[in-house]
Amino acid sequence: MQLVIQSAISGLLIGGMYGLIALGLALAFGVLKVLNVAHGELVMLGGYVTFFLVAVVGLDPFLSMPLVFVATFGVGVLLYLVLFRFVVRFDIDTRIKNSLLISFGLVLILQALAVTFFTADERAIITDYSTAALTFESIRVPFIRLAGLLVAVALSVGLQQLLDRTTFGHAIKATSEDWALASLAGIDIRRVYLVAFAISAGLAGVAGTLIALGFSVSPSIGLGWTLKALIVVVLAGLGSIRGLIVAGMLLGLAEGLASVWLGGAYREIVALGAFLLVLLVRPQGLFGRRE
Amino acid sequence: MRRNVSVAAWFVLLAVCIVLPFSSEDSQVLTIAIQTFILTALASSWNIIGGFAGQISLGHAAFFGMGTIITRELWLSGAPLPLSLAAAIVATALFALIIGVPMLRFRGIYFSIGTLALAVAISLTIGNLFPGITSMPVEALRAYTFTDPYFLALGAAVTTVAVAMLLRRSVVGLGMMAVRDDEAAAGAVGVDVLAHKLAAFAISAALAALAGGAFAFFSVSYYPSYPFTAVWSFETILVTFVGGIGTIVGPIAGSAFFVIGRDTIAANFEGFQVIGFGVLFIVVVLLVPGGMVEGAQRIGAWVVKQGQGRKRDVEG
Repeated sequence: MQLVIQSAISGLLIGGMYGLIALGLALAFGVLKVLNVAHGELVMLGGYVTFFLVAVVGLDPFLSMPLVFVATFGVGVLLYLVLFRFVVRFDIDTRIKNSLLISFGLVLILQALAVTFFTADERAIITDYSTAALTFESIRVPFIRLAGLLVAVALSVGLQQLLDRTTFGHAIKATSEDWALASLAGIDIRRVYLVAFAISAGLAGVAGTLIALGFSVSPSIGLGWTLKALIVVVLAGLGSIRGLIVAGMLLGLAEGLASVWLGGAYREIVALGAFLLVLLVRPQGLFGRRE
Repeated sequence: MRRNVSVAAWFVLLAVCIVLPFSSEDSQVLTIAIQTFILTALASSWNIIGGFAGQISLGHAAFFGMGTIITRELWLSGAPLPLSLAAAIVATALFALIIGVPMLRFRGIYFSIGTLALAVAISLTIGNLFPGITSMPVEALRAYTFTDPYFLALGAAVTTVAVAMLLRRSVVGLGMMAVRDDEAAAGAVGVDVLAHKLAAFAISAALAALAGGAFAFFSVSYYPSYPFTAVWSFETILVTFVGGIGTIVGPIAGSAFFVIGRDTIAANFEGFQVIGFGVLFIVVVLLVPGGMVEGAQRIGAWVVKQGQGRKRDVEG
């Protein structure tokens, strides 16, 4: 029983990471209608920025998060200006296909750059509180992973507030609903695209910090996280920001429980099964509305 | 006339490929050739689902990997190679038919994500189930020559290209392209959309398994999960786009360009081959969506136009 509870808790905590990564992915998809498969590589990049801030500057990893956000936000601006700016000129269907292919190329480039500059070694951040945990009998809840979940929830709520309460947030929402109309209404949609993409990259960066802390970073971690995030985005309903963290936690929980009953070797099949099942039964996603 | 020239060109290319192992003992040349054949077979097989039927599958590595693991396990446990290959092809095609029914009901992006999820899930599971490296036994290694895997890989490439050629001229192939260009319209004129997608998916998977079999027969030792990794899907899609998606020549030209280019860059600038091709791929997608085939056509048209211009100058 304790094994089940422990696996469920671990699953929920890792699921928060799935949700946070999905948040950035869904923002870029919802607003720009581009699917950035290299989102996980931005997570990886954020992890390395954190690693070097901690190792070289000696900053506390949690305090480094704003800096990491700014750094990866900058990378997002750069990527938008160099690449995705050209993708958003196409019609919606071509945008999705081309962004998918281009970000594929980006995955290759960023991974190769990471191997060149950071080496292929796996790295993790060790702090004084790395092993600290809440314990109930033999069940452990590591502090850093718990903090990671709280950060994920806070960022999700923050993003929702930004979208709901600020003028710029309304501009983002309007652009994602109908960019042509938004443009006619005087919204500078290129600026909206730029900022939305940069925020998406910044969120990936912060996720990278949490993953470097609670898990580990290496140049090849990106795709695995992207895939989980993609599945979460589809589970929650394509284009919706609400419910992503919950959908992520549900996926993590399902994986955790599956590894108890099926054995760890088959846990990856669960995500695929959940994806197929939800799409077949509810094509609009768990939290999406039918069009 | 033009048709005869192109038939002749195909035969010359094939003849060169057949003669090559008898004229060169250089293991590096043969390795590059074998890698090109395997990638050609993979790219041409992906072209059937991605190029002809227009469904961007990101999970081609799954079928390639299944081909490798079934062929390798049966062959190393004593079954004859042709039988092991046949079993791999049939099993993979059946798997594609079964998984294709739910997958192909998803359109566009959902299909892409679904196939990517399929491949990554299978890859990680194989990694968990078969953690150890697979190596050829010592006696097989002692008898190892490049000639046998060379002809198997060449055979896989030729078979795949031939199937793609036949398919492109057949009613079924035309149906696939109709589905790609406009699903609703194709359905309205009586094309069974799902059946055509499913056929493309299964044929494409079976041929990828054949390429996998060639890989399993050629490679001395590797991790069983390696052929399942996403890199194989990426490279396949990359060379198909760089060569020219939806064409017959494209996947062949793209594969040769990629393998030879990768080797040349790696020999001179260690580590930059991936970055170079990543950039090239992005440029192709944005600027020359038809790849090398379209590029060649544009250059050809430009040359013809220049020639006509000059002729007019002379006449005028």
